[in-house]
Amino acid sequence: MDKLKSFIKQYFVLVILIVLIILFGCLRPESFLTMSNMFTVIRQSSIMGIATIGLLFVMVAGGIDLSLGSVISVESVLVAVLLTKFGWGLLPAYLCGLAGGTLVGLVTGAIIVKTGIFPMIGTLALQIILQGIAYLVCGGMPVSNLPLNAKMIGQGYIGPIPIPVIVFIIVIIIAALVLNRTYIGRHFYAIGSNEEAARLSGINTNKLKVATYAIGGFLSGLAGIIMLARISSGQPTAGKNMEMDCLTAAVIGGVSLTGGEGKISTAVCGVLIIGVLTNGMTIMNISEYYQLVIRGCIFLGAVCLDGIQKQIAGGKKVKKAA
Amino acid sequence: MENILEIKDVTKRYPGVVALNHVSFEVAKGEVHALVGENGAGKSTMIKTITGAITPDEGKVIYEGKEYTELNPILSSQIGIEAIYQEFNLAPELTVQENIYMGTKVNQSIFIDRKELAERTKKILKELNTNIDPNVRIKDLTVAYMQLVEIAKALAKNVKLLIMDEPTAPLTDNEVEILFKLVRNLKKRGVSIIYISHRMDEIFELADRITVMRDGEVIKTVNKEDTNKNQLIYDMVGRKLTETYPERHPKLGKTLLEVKNLCGSSNEETTFSVREGEIVGLAGLVGAGRTEIARLIIGADKKYSGTVCVDGKEVTIHSPKDAIQHGIAYVSEDRKNQGVLLKMSIRWNITLPILRELSKMTFINFKEENKCVDKYKDALRIKTPSINQLVGNLSGGNQQKVAVAKWLASESKILILDEPTRGIDVGAKQEIYELINRLTDEGLAIIMISSEMEEIMGMSDRMLVMAEGRIVGELDREEFSQNQIMKYASNITD
Repeated sequence: MDKLKSFIKQYFVLVILIVLIILFGCLRPESFLTMSNMFTVIRQSSIMGIATIGLLFVMVAGGIDLSLGSVISVESVLVAVLLTKFGWGLLPAYLCGLAGGTLVGLVTGAIIVKTGIFPMIGTLALQIILQGIAYLVCGGMPVSNLPLNAKMIGQGYIGPIPIPVIVFIIVIIIAALVLNRTYIGRHFYAIGSNEEAARLSGINTNKLKVATYAIGGFLSGLAGIIMLARISSGQPTAGKNMEMDCLTAAVIGGVSLTGGEGKISTAVCGVLIIGVLTNGMTIMNISEYYQLVIRGCIFLGAVCLDGIQKQIAGGKKVKKAA
Repeated sequence: MENILEIKDVTKRYPGVVALNHVSFEVAKGEVHALVGENGAGKSTMIKTITGAITPDEGKVIYEGKEYTELNPILSSQIGIEAIYQEFNLAPELTVQENIYMGTKVNQSIFIDRKELAERTKKILKELNTNIDPNVRIKDLTVAYMQLVEIAKALAKNVKLLIMDEPTAPLTDNEVEILFKLVRNLKKRGVSIIYISHRMDEIFELADRITVMRDGEVIKTVNKEDTNKNQLIYDMVGRKLTETYPERHPKLGKTLLEVKNLCGSSNEETTFSVREGEIVGLAGLVGAGRTEIARLIIGADKKYSGTVCVDGKEVTIHSPKDAIQHGIAYVSEDRKNQGVLLKMSIRWNITLPILRELSKMTFINFKEENKCVDKYKDALRIKTPSINQLVGNLSGGNQQKVAVAKWLASESKILILDEPTRGIDVGAKQEIYELINRLTDEGLAIIMISSEMEEIMGMSDRMLVMAEGRIVGELDREEFSQNQIMKYASNITD
């Protein structure tokens, strides 16, 4: 019994994912369970997944980033404007987009570290500022007429695999290496677990916290570029509400809201859960309004689960203290 | 004498553990009943049963002649049971008086009668013989004063049975005296007290009866007169142990650390030095600036002026990271919040300061890491099934060993130990003392901060007594006397 429990606990996220796939598969076998639709789910999840990995870095070190959706929007329109109005080449435009995202992350991190404000409030302010900037960059209008080759990274394939999926997998591998194999990754966990203890152990906590926001910004920039290519136009609202999906995916995937905990593997499962849900609900023809309600409920449920797990863990202390 | 509380045949099981095994226990009206036992003996579970924080699987709790089956923390508070835990239950942003009366109605109106509140607070604080300003916020108080506020809070609720869990752990000797007076005062007023402590002296000074617990069972309950320290320790650990300190044969080498005119927000210019193989004790009352000077040395807080020399060379230290590079390590008094990472494994904790050195091109060399952790786990005899065990699951003594281990792993030459044995049981204390002794044999310089007079006298080769942010006296081992230290510490000059 205990074994079963620990098994379920360990693979909880995976179990949910499989249950969801079976559920939608039973409800709409003809459209949901096709190979092409499965690829669509993974391709759609890639953009959100890349941004979620960035968020994971921030959250593992004890922070949170609500501005990532706006960063996606800003970088998306910025790159679009550079490609069309300024006629830049692909590489410099992309590099500029990535640098822009990283810069935003650096500034966000610096503000949070220097002033000691709550990351949730600080990044909420930035979310609004950046949304405004996204509108300003493109004058409020979507930027279209992208050069053909700019669609490659969003719509192209290498063999049978969509390029966004390949980018996502590369990001996953690098992120897993950094978090699990390098001392920097370990330091991120230590900071999120107990910042003062980490500082007294000789870790430059401020520098590394800023670094997590920079990583988050960089990956949001990357997500913005792929988003631009996928929808073939620079939309100032491209990343709207994306932070909510990412946050939900991360929390479902076991990333702790209080820092110090979070694994890439389960977070990716979380991303796929959101992807399957979004896709499944669309196939089921559930209206957008209901979808919003359901998404909100799922987010609330994930957060509650996180809280309840902490309470149970707290209850264990009773035993330990006995 | 009439019993206020009777616990009969109580059993509490947790998965894989029997925390209380058919335990019976009684407390008489107006008695101080000491509860002793090593960590994990079942004291905390017993307390939680009494306060209703947990419900036992079997057995009865009888309080004032009435049997309670469904006791909960709110009910237990209403019937006059209060507990003061090692972790305080105070709102740091609120003032002393607001905390004391938190959850208690002062008057009938829904508004707070501040005048009445202040009056009552003053009265209670006066009983406690303390001069805290009732309008100070809790977060601005030292640990010792926070505890006084906790006691005041219990008093404000007309407590009949007060449970104190290691109340003197954060206090200095001076404050302990105040606490003792208070406990006797409460006893006179008919309040029963369950007093949990690891310190034998206190128990024999305060308690009427003593109950010894071990491995979830009550071993015995005895009158104080019918036992002695050695017997009690024997009962607790189930084996003979002497509460003596390892003999010191210091071989002093060259001066390793020199602190010159170091000065910060709570310290006046402070100068002292420590030699190889030497243990320098920093004695003093809480708030004397001992922890603060340690934090200045390692760069955890900003210094105003002064210099630190290591091995004769002046070093610049702006952050703990710099201190570590110069071989200075600080083991914090606040183990749970600053010393170790509870949610992380032993392995992660021990290698945290040296992880960068254990890495090649930022990638951690796991083989080297495991080797290093195993080495220090064995050297310090950290009891654990695996180095991947979470530190939060270890006993206090083993947690402390982990906190020390990480600095040994980083090959620190100068170790500042701040209250190294706080809240850990007798057996583990002995091990820590022996460990400290071994370390000095290997040439480390150690600064030991302790509020336990006996401990600091037993361990130090030389003692510096601090008061009000500066060093007021220096004593060699032959000159150690409780009297002299107290005189310095309370700044009495004759």
